[in-house]
Amino acid sequence: MLIKRRGFIQMGSLATATMMMPKFLKAFEKPNYVPAGNKVVVVLQFSGGNDGLNTVIPITNDIYYKERRTIGIAKDKALGITTDVGLHPSLTAFKGMYDDGSLSILNNVGYPNPDRSHFRSMDIWHSASASNEYVNTGWVGRYLDAQCKGCGKPTQALELDDMLSLALKGVDNNGLAFKDPRKLYSNSKEKFYKDIVASHTSTEETVDYLYKTMSETISSADYIFQQSKLHPSTQAYPNTSLGKDLKTISSLILSDINTKVYYVSLGSFDTHAGQENKQKKLFDELNDAVKAFTTDMKSNGRFDDVLMMTFSEFGRRVSQNASNGTDHGTANNMFFISGGLKQKGLLNEMPNLADLNDGDLKHKVDFRNVYATVINKWLGVDDKIVLGGGFEKMGFI
Amino acid sequence: MPLNNKIKNQHLLWRAGFGPMAENIAVLENISTKELWQTLLSTSVDAPTKMNVAADPKNDKAFMNEDGTPIQYKEMDAVTKKLIVQQYRTDLKDMNIAWLNNMINSKAQLREKLTFFWHGHFACRSRNALYAQELFNIIKENAIGNFGDMLRAVSKSPAMLQFLNNQQNRKGHPNENFAREVMELFTLGRGNYTENDIKEGARAFTGWSYNKDGEFEFRKRAHDDGAKTFFTQTGNFSGDDIINMLLKNPQTANFICKKMYKFFVNEKVDNGKVELLAKRFYENNYDISKLIEDIFTSDWFFEQKNIGVKIKSPIELIAGIRRFLPMNLDNDDAQLLFQKVLGQILFYPPNVAGWAGGRAWIDSSTLMVRLQIPQALSSKDEINIRPKTDDDTEMGMTEGKRIRLGKKAAFTKAGATANIDWMLVNKIFEKTARPQLLQAIIDTLLQTKGRVIDATLAKYINNESRENFIKSVVVNVMSTPEYQMC
Repeated sequence: MLIKRRGFIQMGSLATATMMMPKFLKAFEKPNYVPAGNKVVVVLQFSGGNDGLNTVIPITNDIYYKERRTIGIAKDKALGITTDVGLHPSLTAFKGMYDDGSLSILNNVGYPNPDRSHFRSMDIWHSASASNEYVNTGWVGRYLDAQCKGCGKPTQALELDDMLSLALKGVDNNGLAFKDPRKLYSNSKEKFYKDIVASHTSTEETVDYLYKTMSETISSADYIFQQSKLHPSTQAYPNTSLGKDLKTISSLILSDINTKVYYVSLGSFDTHAGQENKQKKLFDELNDAVKAFTTDMKSNGRFDDVLMMTFSEFGRRVSQNASNGTDHGTANNMFFISGGLKQKGLLNEMPNLADLNDGDLKHKVDFRNVYATVINKWLGVDDKIVLGGGFEKMGFI
Repeated sequence: MPLNNKIKNQHLLWRAGFGPMAENIAVLENISTKELWQTLLSTSVDAPTKMNVAADPKNDKAFMNEDGTPIQYKEMDAVTKKLIVQQYRTDLKDMNIAWLNNMINSKAQLREKLTFFWHGHFACRSRNALYAQELFNIIKENAIGNFGDMLRAVSKSPAMLQFLNNQQNRKGHPNENFAREVMELFTLGRGNYTENDIKEGARAFTGWSYNKDGEFEFRKRAHDDGAKTFFTQTGNFSGDDIINMLLKNPQTANFICKKMYKFFVNEKVDNGKVELLAKRFYENNYDISKLIEDIFTSDWFFEQKNIGVKIKSPIELIAGIRRFLPMNLDNDDAQLLFQKVLGQILFYPPNVAGWAGGRAWIDSSTLMVRLQIPQALSSKDEINIRPKTDDDTEMGMTEGKRIRLGKKAAFTKAGATANIDWMLVNKIFEKTARPQLLQAIIDTLLQTKGRVIDATLAKYINNESRENFIKSVVVNVMSTPEYQMC
């Protein structure tokens, strides 16, 4: 009945269809292999606003313990990295990476006139806009635009999710979102879709755009699925959502795929109540998955080429609330993980808890300086094209 | 495909409403576009009934003191506050579905469509369902009335004052958010004012506030009554003065007309047409009904280059399918889910700038879901989608409770399947002979100039019976990129 699901379609059938395709549909068919040694970024988003102060903990700061009477993490529980700073007890692998020089921590990251709505602040981080600007494209999407004007290669930026985030939407190019390469493949492999794409002849430009997107999706789904099977990771990963996502990412990094940016999320960190258990549970998942991933990258000799960076839409208030939780705040810390870091450990000073703005941390580093650094120094693209203004580059890579 | 009357009337129905309704398709061949316009107008001129879905918690016994007086929000304990937040969340969901149902079933299509446009223009998120409902009613009431009246009422609604932080805009401690967005997004558009205009405008709006009953309140003590210089004039301006000056500026008419042209006519703007529309809109003192009459009765509106060239927004897509295919949905959750994964949730715009529209609707994920919706609704086929979490509404409380549409059973449970009244659809084509049937269905469903090729389509058509033929053609044609256009 109706559109029947067929068995797996061999790669060959697409080649036949290709012969009838308009030129613009064919352009992206050529795989664009990237040589081993290709530098990639894995962006790990902590959704919901992670409490940075209980992540990188000022273990000798009296104000911290005064404001966090029940949820403050005691000095002897934290994983000390310096005499004054400790990591959340769950982050053992992060402590290990700190010790061997593959972790750096940037404190006080934010932007002027911070917004405390999840959606809006995430919007700002994704679009890399000022807090009074509304921009419909994201920084990774605009990187795709700058990288390759109009030559449609959606596999250059992949998100492990069923929905594509604003960060990966450009003007001419979009990244591609999927949770599982096999599912993506089976969703797009309908013969009907392939047939109508193959028989489409150029008409009106918006309709052509839809066909182009459809064609790219089908073709990318094939490509990603085939690549994901080339070198399936042999590393054991935890059976969690993030564990599975990082395993998929690892299999793709170890293949010949042309992907430069991977985007993945963990959450929700919106700990208004009962923060201790919630954050611990998420950090356990984080720690185990990242541990497996970095081990995997090291044993395959790729750790120097991979940069993982974490962020959250905002940090949380310095004072805890009445429900053993914390409310929405402002500036926060970011982790950078790689075998190829140029500056290691703590990159700047811890937050000044005595100098607050209405109970919230003041930001010292604009997140767009981080983006500019990654775009320019790691991905090798002019950051000004992507971010507009000149944001000073940093030295950690 | 020459432009016949039917295509033109369908064009009008897609743009000035939510597409043709199954029952009415037969008449579209026989009436003129002018007659259809008159019908659209006459069914929408009456004052609308107000939406009354969200209930005031103050009238609920659960939120009253023993003597029957309402408990003030400040005095409520955490449990009661949480109950109210939950109630608002349910109300917002119910309002969403109630409105969507109106878009599908209401005769006042023109008013519903204009309301939908202004809902995106005066984009606002409010967790308070009562405030959101009040703003909705302001917009619906003024949707084809006077733009100035609507602007004034919206600017004084608690939903907007709260959303744009004007509660924090006080003499000596200005918050410029409200003044900035009124100028940037509601009236003039970027580049038509200075930063100084925003500063001075913000001072004029100090004291614009609302009380605990959700009524506008001017707080004289918070108002800065000193002299302000706005545009080139200096005076002790009030917020109302600023709004009047914004309306006096012809750029406001220009900005609104350009936005309407993009929404109702074509994303590619014909500046000459917009100038003409704006001139008349300004001269007619911002009378919206005259403006839309100018658009929908013009010859250029019905030119080929303006037909079938717009990407339907997710709401237009869902409403359009449901208007053509009468159906009972297994439950409402799926309609919210579709809105979420396709990127347009009613009462929940991304930010004060509203939905971007156009190509921004389309990426690999959204396009593939769009193409799967007709199949999902008409069969018990599976569809694999899971929405992102949203901490603004869920506050991190819903881990593990997201709707997961995986296997068939779970999918059916989420209600994305429906019982479609195919009898009614068959009836539309009852006078069409079998050889012409395929073309007739395609011409009814698609507005695009180019069509999916018959020979390709033919491979997927079920010829077992006339009913199955119609069913398979409709579902397959709706699963094409061309159907995404209107």
